[in-house]
Amino acid sequence: MSVHLILFLAFGAVAVAGAINLLAQTHPINSALSLIAVMAALAGEYLLLGAEFLAAVQVIVYAGAVMVLFVFVIMLLNAGVEEHTQGSRIAITLGVPGALIGSLLIAWVVLRHSGTEAVAAGALAGAPKTIAPLLFHEFLLPFEITSILILIAIMGAVVLASKPPTSPAAPTLREVD
Amino acid sequence: MVPLSYYLVLSGILFACGVAAFLIKRNIITIFMSIELMLNGVNLSFVAFAAHWHALAGQIFVFFVMVVAAAEAAVGLAIIIAVYRTRETLNIDQVNLLKL
Repeated sequence: MSVHLILFLAFGAVAVAGAINLLAQTHPINSALSLIAVMAALAGEYLLLGAEFLAAVQVIVYAGAVMVLFVFVIMLLNAGVEEHTQGSRIAITLGVPGALIGSLLIAWVVLRHSGTEAVAAGALAGAPKTIAPLLFHEFLLPFEITSILILIAIMGAVVLASKPPTSPAAPTLREVD
Repeated sequence: MVPLSYYLVLSGILFACGVAAFLIKRNIITIFMSIELMLNGVNLSFVAFAAHWHALAGQIFVFFVMVVAAAEAAVGLAIIIAVYRTRETLNIDQVNLLKL
């Protein structure tokens, strides 16, 4: 058992445990914290695959910025323990076996057809130095378009989250005159 | 040395957990978080395929997915705040009408 495989299993176990914990917890803040654990574990997996730049971005953008936004909104809205509602019976009787069969099929196909060639640790250098030329030459246009997307998202968030203007009283006839 | 299929199975498990949480959870914020979990699962398979086929473009694509996810999180949470302001609830079962 190589070190690579042991590290993969350790990070994978943390990720899966966090994902299941997200499902099991009832308070949204606990779900958010377990999602942060999943993202940190995935950053470790990226490092194993040699994607150093992505691992750093994963920690900074995902586990940092996005999840801080989530935690901030949870605290802003004072979200409490979620109320449990009864699911429909047909969803349980058909959904659980369906999900089991579907996941087994996918696992079978993946294990059968994706080959057994191993992915070497750090086989593909994803350091910032190798990513940058690709990002700023080949993918320059998409990269610039994402900046427009971010700008639109910022404006949309500000417009949506800002308080609706208290509508001024409709001008009466006398005022119009 | 880890086979590619292990990474794919892990990413599939994460995606399945995300789908299950999306369907089971009743809090809008948690449902939104499970979408992020699904995106993360897909990102892992992108990086694994990039390493497998020695194509750095896969890692660039993950970068773009992260950017879009960040924008989506900002807009989505703003929408959640707007919904909470009008409905005074985060339970998805009570938000069943487009119009108040």
